[in-house]
Amino acid sequence: MIRSTLFAAAVSALAAGGAFAAEFKPAIVYDLGGRNDKSFNESAYTGAAKFKEDTGVEFRDFEIQNDSQREQALSRFARQGFSPIISVGFSHEGAVSKVAPQFPDTQFVIVDSVVDLPNVSSIVFKEHEGSYLAGVAAVLASETKKVGFVGGMDIALIRKFACGYVQGAKATDPKAEIFQNMTGTTGAAWADPVRGGELAKSQMARGADVVYHAAGGTGEGVLQAVADAGKLGIGVDKNQNDLHPGHVLTSMVKRVDTAVYDTFKQAQAGEWRPGLKVFGLAEDGVALAMDENNQALITEEIAAAIAAAREGVISGEIQVHDYMSDSACPVQ
Amino acid sequence: MSQPAAKLPFWVDFGLIPLLNLVAAFAVAGLVVAVIGENPLDVARIIIYGAFGYGEGVGFTLFYATNFIFTGLAVAVAFHAGLFNIGGEGQAYIGGLGVALVALGLDPYLPWWLLAPLAVIGAALFGALWAYIPAVLQAKRGSHIVITTIMFNFIAASLMAYLLVDVLNPGAGSMSPGTRFFNAEAVPPRLSEILAPFGVDLGGSPANLSLIVALLAALGLWLLLWRTRLGYEIRALGHNASAAAYAGVPIARVIVIAMLISGALAGMMALNPVLGDQGRLLLEFPGGAGFVGIAVALMGRSHPLGVILAALLFGMLYQGGSELAFEKPSISRDMLILIQGLVILFSGALENLFRPAVARIFAPRAA
Repeated sequence: MIRSTLFAAAVSALAAGGAFAAEFKPAIVYDLGGRNDKSFNESAYTGAAKFKEDTGVEFRDFEIQNDSQREQALSRFARQGFSPIISVGFSHEGAVSKVAPQFPDTQFVIVDSVVDLPNVSSIVFKEHEGSYLAGVAAVLASETKKVGFVGGMDIALIRKFACGYVQGAKATDPKAEIFQNMTGTTGAAWADPVRGGELAKSQMARGADVVYHAAGGTGEGVLQAVADAGKLGIGVDKNQNDLHPGHVLTSMVKRVDTAVYDTFKQAQAGEWRPGLKVFGLAEDGVALAMDENNQALITEEIAAAIAAAREGVISGEIQVHDYMSDSACPVQ
Repeated sequence: MSQPAAKLPFWVDFGLIPLLNLVAAFAVAGLVVAVIGENPLDVARIIIYGAFGYGEGVGFTLFYATNFIFTGLAVAVAFHAGLFNIGGEGQAYIGGLGVALVALGLDPYLPWWLLAPLAVIGAALFGALWAYIPAVLQAKRGSHIVITTIMFNFIAASLMAYLLVDVLNPGAGSMSPGTRFFNAEAVPPRLSEILAPFGVDLGGSPANLSLIVALLAALGLWLLLWRTRLGYEIRALGHNASAAAYAGVPIARVIVIAMLISGALAGMMALNPVLGDQGRLLLEFPGGAGFVGIAVALMGRSHPLGVILAALLFGMLYQGGSELAFEKPSISRDMLILIQGLVILFSGALENLFRPAVARIFAPRAA
């Protein structure tokens, strides 16, 4: 114990020395999906790459291969004087809460989970709010009033997406029917476009004409199948409107890139603060993407309804239930 | 499994030929590294330093090796019975359920040294159970074990995802699919804590007492295979099933028993990450160790000692590879998979590449 305390003290002295030298060394640790997952991790990378482009500051990153490497990667970066260190993904929660106390002068950031420590800032997104708007848009754009949802892996986070979507759809038209499918129960469910396409086709066969996906790489198959059938899809995480212009109604973007970029900026300016940072509709942390690819699809009626719903959620007039709060969804 | 025409000296068969295969694999990997624009010698130095050069690296190497010893032994014992157990991944996964149920149920009451032996039994029991159905289907119905064990990997994945998301999850506030953390007193100490008083510094590495269990399992398997009647029956079955049946070996029974042992060994792999490292059961914790076990068994020529050495090699590649990803951002983690693939290709698929030439040199003297 004394050993490790001494060690931590020595390391923090080193880290402090680094800070005096005014050398800014940011780092990112990705989750198992890796840097190029076309979704969440890649979005974090995009933010960091933009920071590098704007400021010329190099960053280091690491793609873990198994759970044991989470702590290893964090303490390595911390020991080498990197700060802030952004851990992308809720799975890093345990590792961050273990490593952060050992390096009290290093700034740690965790995305998608909450770690309550004096040198950690937690960034979480209100995916249910963005998905609510997607549900509103989907039902209004639907002629059959039947809409679909294709999730990736069946975990709480994705049920949070689904639950927000259903609430938005039901609030717009109580008689609307929503078909929900999860692609699978393993990590492979994030990268199975063929199965994603099949699920979308089966939902369309039951009458759905708008399908929202929250399925990473699997979603590419969903959007493809929907576009092939001449129906509408809704993208997720990144702006996917340009994948099939005219067939992607909108995208529920989750601005991990902005969060990473801002974190680096604040840390560089010495304005980084620990604590919880929630990115919802009000903070533009989640939003529906509008651009020239989907402007023909978003009628004035839909645009007005989205704007009204957005205002309602921000003002608190509309309460969107968060699946994570009690592991249940009030509507199906 | 076919035997070479000429019987080679033991050290050639188990030492020289694997070494030649390994050198060939690393030579090809070195070429690829050179094409990327890095210095292969530099890369080799980083891998070896990362794996053995400092305490924490050694600890991680041993941690990965522990996983591979278990799964390697599991595949090896099935090989001896002429069975190809591809289900190590699923058996390890379900073994983790056994460990977790023991730990979750008893961790308020028992200290680690009482709980750990029960966890070993839980892991072995659940792993064996998962191998039992494919084994019976093979023994009684002739359903091919390769097919059934692969399918059982998928069933295991679905079952565990269901359990970890819906049943064993501590609920609100926890995003990651997994159980709660085990009580700290129920988790065995890591090797780094045990060895620290002796001046050995393994840093923050997760190597733990499961390594000792793995080595004991290897010894036990050697005794079983070469010093007992059951072991003789297993090997006889593997060499020639009809001859074994003619000699009075109860084929169906031996198939089932061999697979139960195989499943139990694979299941025990879960001790290392679940009880020894993470202190809780996480989704997809085996992380491919069950499949690496196939390569380890091939490379170790299904001999417990060979399996230990091959497991150490793969442990080195895992840890050295992650060191490489740290030190050389231009080399991604996929490079590591390539090197592993080459090792598997040369020591598994192309095992007989150098054998004829080597046999010409050594066979006359041996004969």
